[in-house]
Amino acid sequence: MDLNYTPEQATFREEVRRFLKDNLPKDIRDRVKKRLRPDKAMTQRWQKILFDKGWGASSWPKEHGGPGWSPVEQLIFEEECALAGAPRQLDFGLRMVAPVIMAFGNEEQKQKYLPRILSGEDWWCQGYSEPGAGSDLASLKTKAVREGDHYIVNGQKTWTTLGQHANWIFCLVRTSNEGKPQEGISFLLIDMNTPGIDVRPIIMLDGEHEINEVYFDNVKVPVENLVGEENKGWTYAKFLLGHERTGLANVGQWKAMMKRLREIAEEQPDGDRVLIENTRFRDRLAQLEIELKALELTVLRVLTDENGPGPQASILKIRGTEIGQALFELMMEAVGPDALAHIPEALELDYPGSRVGSPDATPAAGDYFNMRKLSIFGGSNEIQRNIIAQRVLGL
Amino acid sequence: MNFNLTEEQQMLQDSLRRFLANEYGFEKRKEIIAAGQSLDKPTWNAFAEMGLLGYTLPEEYGGLGGNAMDTLLVMESFGRALVVEPYLSTVVLGGGIIQDAGSDEQKERILPKIATGEEFLALAHQEPGGRHNLDYVRTEIQKHGNDYILNGRKTAVLNAAGAHYLIVSGRRGGRPTEPVSLFLVNHDTSGVEIEEYTTHDGHRVADVILDSVMVSDDDRIGARGQAMPIIEKGVDRAIAALCAEAVGAMEALNETTMEYVKTRQQFGMPIGKFQVIQHRLADMFIAAEQSKSMAILAASMADSDDRKQRREAVSMAKTLVGQSARYVGQQAVQLHGGMGVTDEMFAAHLFKRLTLINLQFGDADYHLGQVSDGLLKSA
Repeated sequence: MDLNYTPEQATFREEVRRFLKDNLPKDIRDRVKKRLRPDKAMTQRWQKILFDKGWGASSWPKEHGGPGWSPVEQLIFEEECALAGAPRQLDFGLRMVAPVIMAFGNEEQKQKYLPRILSGEDWWCQGYSEPGAGSDLASLKTKAVREGDHYIVNGQKTWTTLGQHANWIFCLVRTSNEGKPQEGISFLLIDMNTPGIDVRPIIMLDGEHEINEVYFDNVKVPVENLVGEENKGWTYAKFLLGHERTGLANVGQWKAMMKRLREIAEEQPDGDRVLIENTRFRDRLAQLEIELKALELTVLRVLTDENGPGPQASILKIRGTEIGQALFELMMEAVGPDALAHIPEALELDYPGSRVGSPDATPAAGDYFNMRKLSIFGGSNEIQRNIIAQRVLGL
Repeated sequence: MNFNLTEEQQMLQDSLRRFLANEYGFEKRKEIIAAGQSLDKPTWNAFAEMGLLGYTLPEEYGGLGGNAMDTLLVMESFGRALVVEPYLSTVVLGGGIIQDAGSDEQKERILPKIATGEEFLALAHQEPGGRHNLDYVRTEIQKHGNDYILNGRKTAVLNAAGAHYLIVSGRRGGRPTEPVSLFLVNHDTSGVEIEEYTTHDGHRVADVILDSVMVSDDDRIGARGQAMPIIEKGVDRAIAALCAEAVGAMEALNETTMEYVKTRQQFGMPIGKFQVIQHRLADMFIAAEQSKSMAILAASMADSDDRKQRREAVSMAKTLVGQSARYVGQQAVQLHGGMGVTDEMFAAHLFKRLTLINLQFGDADYHLGQVSDGLLKSA
């Protein structure tokens, strides 16, 4: 066992750091550092910059245009990006549908979709959840009926994150009602510009439009958009969720946030002292530091495991989201009563009006509210505990 | 960055676990504790033959030249079987301190006999009223010609009664403003009195009363007044070892609890089929895995001479392990129902050991405070 980074890994970190210093545009960095959500153009602009460098998809193998980095290198890259204030890349294409296409798609699909995901040209969203199928995903009802060389899709998806920007959606659809519910599901790629698709916003508790409902009314999808075999979609869906979970640990981003939180605690007045001198607050910060350290090492243990991430990845999803939520909560509590004000316009970088408290206070409560989603999406944390109990502990 | 065992480590772990599974069962352990010494000579000799007793000692003194990562493997296995033999006090603490700071003569005299299993050591540092504070030392050192006289009382000294040498800390005149020195005290020196007692988890500890105990300059460990860094490093190694032991005990406790909930029937089915039980066990599993990560961190830093980094890593680990051990222990007893509070269940003994580990060398709150105060700029 050796917890030190190798000299090659340290050099790699330096290289990433230098690239970020030279290439991350200032307006993007400022926005991310102020915890203001990046817009579509910004996310795409950053994706293009990374793409031009050959770093568009940190987790992809070389054969598909990725850099072919090891898991540890990927982690270093993500951590440096977060510390530098780079926006999060869009997971739906890069980390969710792409691995499925690589593993189960045919040659034509790989040629058609992967390069456009890598360059940021296509914006993908996820069509999994339905109003009646949340944690019980296999009960989904959106139907695809084969007619000649098309499927006719009818139904409704929901919680579709950033679907308002998307031109493609990957969907789980029901192609059979025979056997167990899991056995009649297929994995379909659908062009969002197809007639019959209607995207309607859902406003979240922080007032933001981040998620959507997507309605399908006799939507014609060519059969060549089916990934893998008909009725085998559940296998691909589970494969995808496994990939998603490892990413949900989010260690790089949480480390960057922890750093910022410590800075805030050193600046934020707390009566006649600064907040870091408040023992009760500082102890909670220390507790979170410790838990984050344990998460980071567990991520490294899972990622460097020769057998690859198995159901243990559920630990990372649970702890990663719990720690993230605790960080946002502490961030809100750090600014205290300054977090009360709800001024949505102040979330723009060029906001000319006056703020309540420091700029850190502006997004604090909204972020806290928004981040309650973390323990709900990607398989709720209760579902993750089921997975651990059944697949790891054999109960 | 890798978390793999070397081939040698893997072989050692396999043979140690096999030995403990065959020769150190629950009943055998009870007999060892009942016999009053918490030391089974054949077992100790077997450890010596496996190379465990000299595992971390230098090769020139009959050791294998290992490090805290090797101790991690040994202690994890000990934690699974609840070994009560004085490995921590003799090999990790005593052997570590002598190896770090002992004179050549002290090393030659003592270390080879630790490796062969002939002699035992104990660190007599902690004092009544000191609680978890490592620098609380009131034992008095008085100069007497070329010699020194020690007076004071030490408490919770692990395995003092069986030790051939005590490693004793003190300050000139017992004054808190004076720096700390360390002395090697032979157990049969006049004025050394040992009041031994058994702990709830079957270990042996003692209060050590020092009544005008004479030592010479040659008995000093390290330079005069320079002992705190030596003690800190020794204790940090012991903490890393205890973290590893706790991980082994937590894993064993989770395994035995899993077996129990799979067989215990209520309402016509194994209670392990109930989601409320499953989620509890999932959380216990997560707690043990997080602890394992932190025990590895502590072991990787325990031999470091970078004081600040080492102490921070060790405090982080002891905090998380202490909290997790409490959670896993309490929940395991809970899930065993009435059986969990009986003496006949191995689970109850694992729980007791985990509880007592948290009380030694700083509990979770103490170490959280250490990490917390480290966040201050002045720290």
